[in-house]
Amino acid sequence: MQSAAPTPTAAPATPPGQRHEAGAVARRVLRLFLTQRELTPILITIGLFAYFAIRAGSSFTGSLSLSSAAGYAGPIGAIAVGEVLLLVLGEIDLSAGQVFLFAPWVEYWLHNAGVGVLLAILLALVVCCGVGAINGLITVRLNVPSFVTTLATNFILFGVVLIESSEAQASPIPLSAPGSNGQVSFAGQFLGAWQWSELLWLVGITIVATVLLRRTRFGVRIIAAGGNLVGAAEAGVPVRRVKVWAFVLCSFLSGLVGIVDAVKYGSLDPGNFGVDYILYAIGACVIGGTALTGGRGTIVGAFIGAILIGILEDGLTVIGISTDDFYVYIGVVIIIAMALNSQFDRLVARSRGA
Amino acid sequence: MSEQPAEPTPPAAVSADLALEVRGVTKRFGALVVLRGIDLVLHQGEVLGLVGDNGAGKSTLVKILSGFHSQDGGEVIVGGEPVRLRSVEDARTHGIETVYQDLALIPQLPVYMNLFLGHELTTMGPLHFLDKKGMRKLSRQYLDEINVHVPSVDAEAEQLSGGQRQAIAVARAMRAATKILLLDEPLAAMGARESRLIIDLVKDLASSGRVSIVVIDHNYAHLFELCDRINVMQGGRIIIDQPVAETSIEDLTELMVSSYRRELENVQNAGA
Repeated sequence: MQSAAPTPTAAPATPPGQRHEAGAVARRVLRLFLTQRELTPILITIGLFAYFAIRAGSSFTGSLSLSSAAGYAGPIGAIAVGEVLLLVLGEIDLSAGQVFLFAPWVEYWLHNAGVGVLLAILLALVVCCGVGAINGLITVRLNVPSFVTTLATNFILFGVVLIESSEAQASPIPLSAPGSNGQVSFAGQFLGAWQWSELLWLVGITIVATVLLRRTRFGVRIIAAGGNLVGAAEAGVPVRRVKVWAFVLCSFLSGLVGIVDAVKYGSLDPGNFGVDYILYAIGACVIGGTALTGGRGTIVGAFIGAILIGILEDGLTVIGISTDDFYVYIGVVIIIAMALNSQFDRLVARSRGA
Repeated sequence: MSEQPAEPTPPAAVSADLALEVRGVTKRFGALVVLRGIDLVLHQGEVLGLVGDNGAGKSTLVKILSGFHSQDGGEVIVGGEPVRLRSVEDARTHGIETVYQDLALIPQLPVYMNLFLGHELTTMGPLHFLDKKGMRKLSRQYLDEINVHVPSVDAEAEQLSGGQRQAIAVARAMRAATKILLLDEPLAAMGARESRLIIDLVKDLASSGRVSIVVIDHNYAHLFELCDRINVMQGGRIIIDQPVAETSIEDLTELMVSSYRRELENVQNAGA
């Protein structure tokens, strides 16, 4: 039995005109930029890298120059990663830059008091966690805004270092000096002496923190508490505990990378610029696309922001522009990044409303 | 006017068919006395409506039952056991879930994460890695089952309409509640169609008899449709306790007005 001739189905779709296609591509690209906040700073970073590479050639792309860029980016990035966790919570830690300087001093004092070097590092990190816990507990238990709490601990830590060090520099510090065979130990290399070790630590910290924020219960609770504090508490999220732990983590990361940085340079300066570090770190967060309003943030963005700052600082030095100019540039970049982000937010809100 | 001494509560035998019993619960915030001795019962599988003016103490009572506030005096008995609800988690472990007036959804989290917030599925033991796949799948199944439609379980809560958000908030509490569900003005700021969605949701749950429900609302028509019994609160006390089948909106309104009048006369007499 013969079946009826197949009825023609829908006519083949006419190929869309070139113009239409271009429009679709443009929209898709715009959408990508709107949803992937890290894209803008990545492009700026690549652009800066290309610019300096063309201007200065191998004196910029050489490992000496690039490792010094990594040396700038490492500490800023690690502090920024911890800071993103707090910014997502709607909190901030202004003392992180000072913790960054405080940790190697604690390690140095403990070592001088006869504590073995690895134990000294461990204890110094525990002390840093303690500072974070104090920041967190004062903030959530006494209802002091974290901006104020950590402003205060920032000054206290700075004062403690000045008093205890009698304002004198310390060097060499444990692990940074070559051993009897004239070589810096493996632990020393790993913890800062190797030229790329800071970058390695930053990459590791970024990966772990991204997984923490995106894939674990703790991360969801951070976003929940930062997005709707009362709502999260009503849903059973232990918001205070989450906040205290985030402060502890931020201090821990700052202290860790502070020790790495100190081993790298081999000496400690009590008058160093902890405040600079925290401001760069917050700058890196903002450049990377984290708003200060809570509920949202990107750790990869903070990483890229730090790399951008590192390349900018190193590149300007290599092409012979005064580092004074660097401050102007960095300010301009931060404003542009923030303005772009808020405009993107507006566009996203509008496209959703439509 | 001096506070009248609280009447001694009769040592009523704990009845097995009570999901919840509240005996003489009091609460004050500083000088402000909000609850003056609340006695309330909720039968197994029942839907109880709570009405009253703003400031009558309805939300405070619900927040005590959900573990958010603790009472100053009196007893809360869940399933025949006197319990002390010190925290939201405490209330949870006793099978009590709450939908609050102020919508406990997180705008930045996807629907499935909001549904599981506070009860996240995790893997890898103490590391608490999120089982996103599992939560997505269960969310889809569950929302289908209760007829709640969202664009996608991956949509962030802020992309949803007000009604969808409220439906998700109710759905979350419904999913988690094993004994008692507290709904604090679930229909506030809802349009007619959205209200219908939530009412149907609650009615379905009620007819399953799985949990007992307390619902606060200002709209009598909604309450009469939803509830088996209605309690009216005034000045921190429950002044009327009426089964819906034995009353009408008009009767209830009349009862409230006359009780108001009495209260007003009392105040005037005391002042004279």
